[in-house]
Amino acid sequence: MSIMDIARTALRHVPDALVPGAKPSPMRGQHGQIGAPVSRLDGVLKVGGAARFVSEVPMEEMLYAALVHSTIAKGRIATLDTAAAEAAPGVALVMTHRNAPKMRAPQAFGQGSGVAGSNLPIMQDDAVHWNGEAIALVLADTQAQADHAAALVSVTYDASPATIDFDAARADAQHPKSILGEPPVLDIGDAEKALAAAPHKVDLRYTTPRHNHNAIEPHGATVRWDGDTLILHDATQMLNGTAATVADVFGLKPEQVRVLSPFVGGGFGGKGLWSHQILAAAAAKLSGRPVRLSLTREAVYRLVGGRTLTEQRVGLGADADGRLTALIHTGVTSMTSHNNCPEQFTFPARHLYAAGSFHLEQHIAEMDMLANTFMRAPGESIGTFALECAIDELAERLGIDPIELRRRNEPTEDPTSGNAFSSRHLLKAYADGAKRFGWERRNATPSSRREGEWLIGMGVATATYPYYRMPGAAARIEMDASGHATVAIAGQEMGMGTATVQAQHAADRLGLPLEAVTFEYGDSALPAGVMAGGSAQTTSILAAVAAASDELIGAFVKLAGNDSPIAGRRADELVARDGGLARADEPSAHESYASILARAGRSSLTVETAAPKPVETMKYSMHSYGAQFAEVGVNAVTGEVRVRRFLGSFDCGRILNPKTATSQFRGGIIMGIGLALMEETLFDPRTGRVMNPSLAEYHVPVHLDVPEIDVIWTDIPDPHTPLGAHGIGEIGITGTAAAIANAIHNATGRRLRDLPMTLDKLL
Amino acid sequence: MTPFTYARATDTAVALREGAEAGAYYLGGGTNLVDLMREGIEQPARLVDVTDVSTSISDTAEGGLLIGAGVRNAALAADMRVRTHYPMLSRALLSGASPQIRNMATVGGNILQRTRCTYFYDAAAACNKRVPGSGCDAREGFNRIHAILGASPACVATHPSDMCVALSALDATVHVAGPAGERRVAMADFHRLPGDTPDRETELAEGELITGVELPPAGPGMRSTYRKARDRASYAFALVSLAARIDVAEDGTIRDVALALGGVAHRPWRATLAEAHLRGQHAGENAFRAAAQAELAAAVPLRDNGFKIALAERLIVAVLTDLAGEQA
Ligand SMILES: Cc1cc2nc3c(=O)[nH]c(=O)nc-3n(C[C@H](O)[C@H](O)[C@H](O)COP(=O)(O)OP(=O)(O)OC[C@H]3O[C@@H](n4cnc5c(N)ncnc54)[C@H](O)[C@@H]3O)c2cc1C
Repeated sequence: MSIMDIARTALRHVPDALVPGAKPSPMRGQHGQIGAPVSRLDGVLKVGGAARFVSEVPMEEMLYAALVHSTIAKGRIATLDTAAAEAAPGVALVMTHRNAPKMRAPQAFGQGSGVAGSNLPIMQDDAVHWNGEAIALVLADTQAQADHAAALVSVTYDASPATIDFDAARADAQHPKSILGEPPVLDIGDAEKALAAAPHKVDLRYTTPRHNHNAIEPHGATVRWDGDTLILHDATQMLNGTAATVADVFGLKPEQVRVLSPFVGGGFGGKGLWSHQILAAAAAKLSGRPVRLSLTREAVYRLVGGRTLTEQRVGLGADADGRLTALIHTGVTSMTSHNNCPEQFTFPARHLYAAGSFHLEQHIAEMDMLANTFMRAPGESIGTFALECAIDELAERLGIDPIELRRRNEPTEDPTSGNAFSSRHLLKAYADGAKRFGWERRNATPSSRREGEWLIGMGVATATYPYYRMPGAAARIEMDASGHATVAIAGQEMGMGTATVQAQHAADRLGLPLEAVTFEYGDSALPAGVMAGGSAQTTSILAAVAAASDELIGAFVKLAGNDSPIAGRRADELVARDGGLARADEPSAHESYASILARAGRSSLTVETAAPKPVETMKYSMHSYGAQFAEVGVNAVTGEVRVRRFLGSFDCGRILNPKTATSQFRGGIIMGIGLALMEETLFDPRTGRVMNPSLAEYHVPVHLDVPEIDVIWTDIPDPHTPLGAHGIGEIGITGTAAAIANAIHNATGRRLRDLPMTLDKLL
Repeated sequence: MTPFTYARATDTAVALREGAEAGAYYLGGGTNLVDLMREGIEQPARLVDVTDVSTSISDTAEGGLLIGAGVRNAALAADMRVRTHYPMLSRALLSGASPQIRNMATVGGNILQRTRCTYFYDAAAACNKRVPGSGCDAREGFNRIHAILGASPACVATHPSDMCVALSALDATVHVAGPAGERRVAMADFHRLPGDTPDRETELAEGELITGVELPPAGPGMRSTYRKARDRASYAFALVSLAARIDVAEDGTIRDVALALGGVAHRPWRATLAEAHLRGQHAGENAFRAAAQAELAAAVPLRDNGFKIALAERLIVAVLTDLAGEQA
């Protein structure tokens, strides 16, 4: 038993009231903001071009940077000639390992408070660690001059043997130390034996390829040093972690690095701390001038990690009724010695099905490559592809409808941890989705529906993603004399609707109209936020804002004193409404915040409070769920696959804003269509080089690939989360590829187990 | 990007004069050339913009069309005469790239666009086309999009254009002007097979300018279309495409046929063996399949692109079956 297991077991017997986070602060009244389809508050700025992204921040005397990338996977720089570049027009300097400032290696994610994508030292010596690593940086007066000069840097290498072929590397595959704190091996009973003995079974292999991040905004950094303080304009989903990690690299205190990132043009896990921000800061230090480094699309492929590849095995054994007696999910991914992202593809299997025995195991093969990283639902996206395709195959063998098979294996408690579910309505999501999608019209016999050249099929799969709430978030709320509240926290807005939903929340909680709330974010100098990852930012901030609101209301009660209509009442006997506080039992006994402040002779009242620790996630098994329905057409002549219809039916607690939520679900599903049908990084095993670092050759779905996507949800609040909500940024991509693969099988009778499902695999 | 100078030609004479300068390249819409300059693959010293040089589409005395090299792909696709008499050309154009790119791309530039081989595009890779004699990393590398016909040990790249496939099947002629005067080259012969000199992609000589493309009159009995198989629904190059014209007599005999395949070779692949096989035959699936197989008998698959052989055969059979059926 691990420490985690012991803690979980002990917590099971502790009442919710004593478990931090398990009994969220209740709302004092409803005002209609939560649950309203409010348009994104930043939408007008973005559509009008007024939002300023990192590579647009102006600075005086600024130099533009261009990079030179290595062309070998491992070895040393033998010769490096920068003379021609230095002599080129407009060039201020060329930075290489010879003249770069001395810097500590950044701490990688999972290492201390570090959040870097990799812990390799940056431009400190002549060693090359991956094909594409930045080995020189040119600073010039214009971007064109810098780009040109970068092309004039000439380099030769002493290459050394590199591990860049996955097939070779996997021979030495090891267990990762942990997978996000969970053990890499989980056994309950003897699953191999149970599988061997099962009357019905499948034992299948799946592969998924590498993927790269392609947010619409390429990464960039615009930086300047203000004495010993670094001002880092970034596009990031981890403000505080970036400030702390960069500070450590330069031997500074965290407060000496200020990271600003009000707008992020898409993150998906990729907008973290990579080498470019540190290189830009180093170059600014070396040149004594502000620097902008905006990565080209190619540089994003060379410097920013993506999703690692996997080889997975799923073995399922079942009795005659379809009840699972064995669930085996194992596999290998590739990783590096300098990062810690093992891609948790066995996580869905830990929670989805009540099987008689389990064997879950992950290996990693270390390779000499750019560090892989998080990419929308790391693990769950591709883990559900394998698991949910295998369930579909088992259903077919058993002659049971795949939804019915899932119903028969629906657990009453978490099948591997034994914890109670905080909120699980997967079967309702299936029932609602099946009805709306017209699942009953599916013919279980493959290849039975055809329209002209198109073979048509339907498929279904489960979506799942964990509920996380991250520790450390604190919010500040300032109520001013006019009754306007400014809520501040170092949160990140990558276009999901964070600022909008948090403003809605604060408005409802404080009884204010939406216009009377400002939500400040995107600045590491604000009270600590959490990284926008693990679909955890929304609820983490909700908890902090709830705590701060409670404290603010308590402070107003005190300030109100004995002359107020609310005098003599405790905070929990009041409701917040109409810009102030009122007695719950006597609504007309009301005083506005402005009035309380005025009477007290105060111009404002400010509080700052941290959220309770997220211990609820140890007491309960907390997850989001969904049922993904796909209808595809497969062209009988060419094998081309087109998704014709898609429906996602989700169970993600209470939906805070149906408009932004729908976009998140749809966006996830669209990315899932890409994952299913086209995305693939071509990593050449001879050189370790990415060969398609461009949106022309790396395919993501275009409009014509995306059908109408219908999205519905149960809207059942989770009693153990702030507002009953769950984060929803990642679940949409999970289950999508499996639903499409299962639909392709229904259309054609063919089982595709290797992503992407391109036409050549269907000829 | 390496610095360069820029000039805008107003007519053919100016273009030829400017184009004769050392390191000069003609510039069409720039949708391919400027990309390659950004990648450092092409490094012109001078760009001679020829988009103003021949920009009209005119009727020829023979009843065909003369299309200026500066005509934009979008404008050509939308031309009523093209849509009516050469629908396969409109379809080919509209299946290519994106609306934005088609608005910029010119006929001359489309013909001379370079391959999409990823090793050609990466200066760190070996590529005989980019650096003669340096080798070919595609042969044993990622070659899913590469050639199955007419390739050589030196080069397995394909020509990526959709438009040129249709032009080849339409028996178009390329009009060329050069220091030595004007000449005409059949579209089907314009692009070369790689052989030992994959860096020499076309019959165009140094300094020569494409001024236009001439289409012969569309035959009265011909049914035609263009079909493209690709990795996503739009905005992707052809894995295999087919431009086909067929004229079937009332008794079912094939009077005439023209077939060109895209995505399979270093040039638009005029399927002359299949055509010869079909002329005078009775139209039908068996004949179509036999003809396709006759053409593809010489196909050599690489590691990743063997599927193109089956795909090409299926396209030929399906498209001809459709066209012949329509006609009957
Ligand atoms: C993302 C992307 C997707 C694409 N998808 C497709 C597709 O699906 N199908 C397809 O067919 N194409 C596709 N294309 C390619 C596109 O069709 C070509 O880039 C375009 O046709 C080139 O025309 P241009 O006028 O821009 O040429 P330019 O880039 O200006 O020039 C290309 C070449 O032609 C030369 N040149 C130009 N005009 C003349 C002339 N008159 N005489 C002599 N030489 C000349 C130039 O010197 C240069 O070498 C795609 C391109 C991109 C970027």
